[in-house]
Amino acid sequence: MIVDASKKTPLTLVVNGQAHTVKVEPRRLLSDVLRDNCGQTGTHVGCEHGVCGACTVLLDGRPARSCLTYAVQMDGASIETIESKSAAGKLSALQQALHEKHGLQCGFCTPGIVMTMEAWLKDNPEPTEEGVREALSGNICRCTGYQNIVDAVLSAAKELKGDRA
Amino acid sequence: MKPARFAYASPATLPEALSLLAGHEDARIIAGGQSLVPMMNMRIAQPELLVDINRIEGLSGVRFDGDHLVIGTLTRHADLAANGLVREHAPILAHAASTIGHYAIRQRGTIGGSLSHADPAAQLPLIGMLLDAEIEVKSTGGERTIPAVEFFEALFTTTLEPGEMVVSIRVPVLPNGHGWGFNLFNRRSGDFAEVNAAALVLGQGAETSVRLALGAVVSAPVRVDDMLPPFNEANSAWAAEAAKVVAAETPVEPNARIPEDYRREILQALVESTLFDAMRRS
Repeated sequence: MIVDASKKTPLTLVVNGQAHTVKVEPRRLLSDVLRDNCGQTGTHVGCEHGVCGACTVLLDGRPARSCLTYAVQMDGASIETIESKSAAGKLSALQQALHEKHGLQCGFCTPGIVMTMEAWLKDNPEPTEEGVREALSGNICRCTGYQNIVDAVLSAAKELKGDRA
Repeated sequence: MKPARFAYASPATLPEALSLLAGHEDARIIAGGQSLVPMMNMRIAQPELLVDINRIEGLSGVRFDGDHLVIGTLTRHADLAANGLVREHAPILAHAASTIGHYAIRQRGTIGGSLSHADPAAQLPLIGMLLDAEIEVKSTGGERTIPAVEFFEALFTTTLEPGEMVVSIRVPVLPNGHGWGFNLFNRRSGDFAEVNAAALVLGQGAETSVRLALGAVVSAPVRVDDMLPPFNEANSAWAAEAAKVVAAETPVEPNARIPEDYRREILQALVESTLFDAMRRS
């Protein structure tokens, strides 16, 4: 079945565990639909061509640029945004570490960094500083010079390791 | 940066996808979308119909058929890099996949997408050329197998016919004791390479053969084995001498951003370290 280019088609997106039914044209970016139709404005939109990393969310558990995905592709999929991280009123390990290490200034890039690096830390529970820097290269921050973000990710890794021990 | 309007289909089976491709002249397949979507968002690409193959079962994963790895077109770069069979039988492929773009990009991007997109600076076309991979394609009219050396034609151009889709990639397994090297040069981590190089050292003693492939120097990846001077294990300066020859003789396409002599300098250093890595690992 072909969805017509100018037809608004109904979709269900499961965002942070809650189903949202929206009607959108195929060309609508997932980043825009999350913000404009689902009201989840924590996902920030920077470059809209996959370079800056600000709009990174989890699609079925894996990090992805929401600007490089069309919402129509995600019918029925489970999506996690930054709003899922402190839903219980408590910051996540990485959010807390970013707070303590002064790992943000304007905060625009922070949601993408939290979504990317928390997933990355699951794959890399014992990270090196070099590994953290390589992974962070996919998220552009123009304020901090990265040093405090690197410190925060390393600190969160230690914290998470302690939790598991 | 919003794309132009397009129609969308998400077929559940491969035959449905192929008939959608056959029935629409301006249809494009979307797999991971990590190259196509930026081009659509910038309106460099404006397909009328997107055929999304992500819901088709059986297009991803790696199997071993005795002398080849058979890699499904929808296999994501992160899965390719982590796959035990690939790490065992074609470690250079796993390593190269782990260097593509960024962590989040590798979770979505696919091998079939990278090969079909045919960016001359991309990792997987280069490694496909080096390993003599074969690309298996299907259309409503049938199927055929295209050797990598006949697949990449020019910038973003392959020998795929309209209506054809890459379904899998066959990679000959590498023998025990082979040595490999892969290096890329870029100015920012995750960018496309300004030059990349991959090498294999196969066999031993007088039987040793060396393969070398280069990317981003001309409009498609190239094999330059013939340029290499005869391999001489005893000569510790062999890699340096070979790199000098390759850097001088390889055709380098003009690039407004990067002066030719600078690119040749990078090429020489990169080829030397890549050949050296391959010898060290053999």
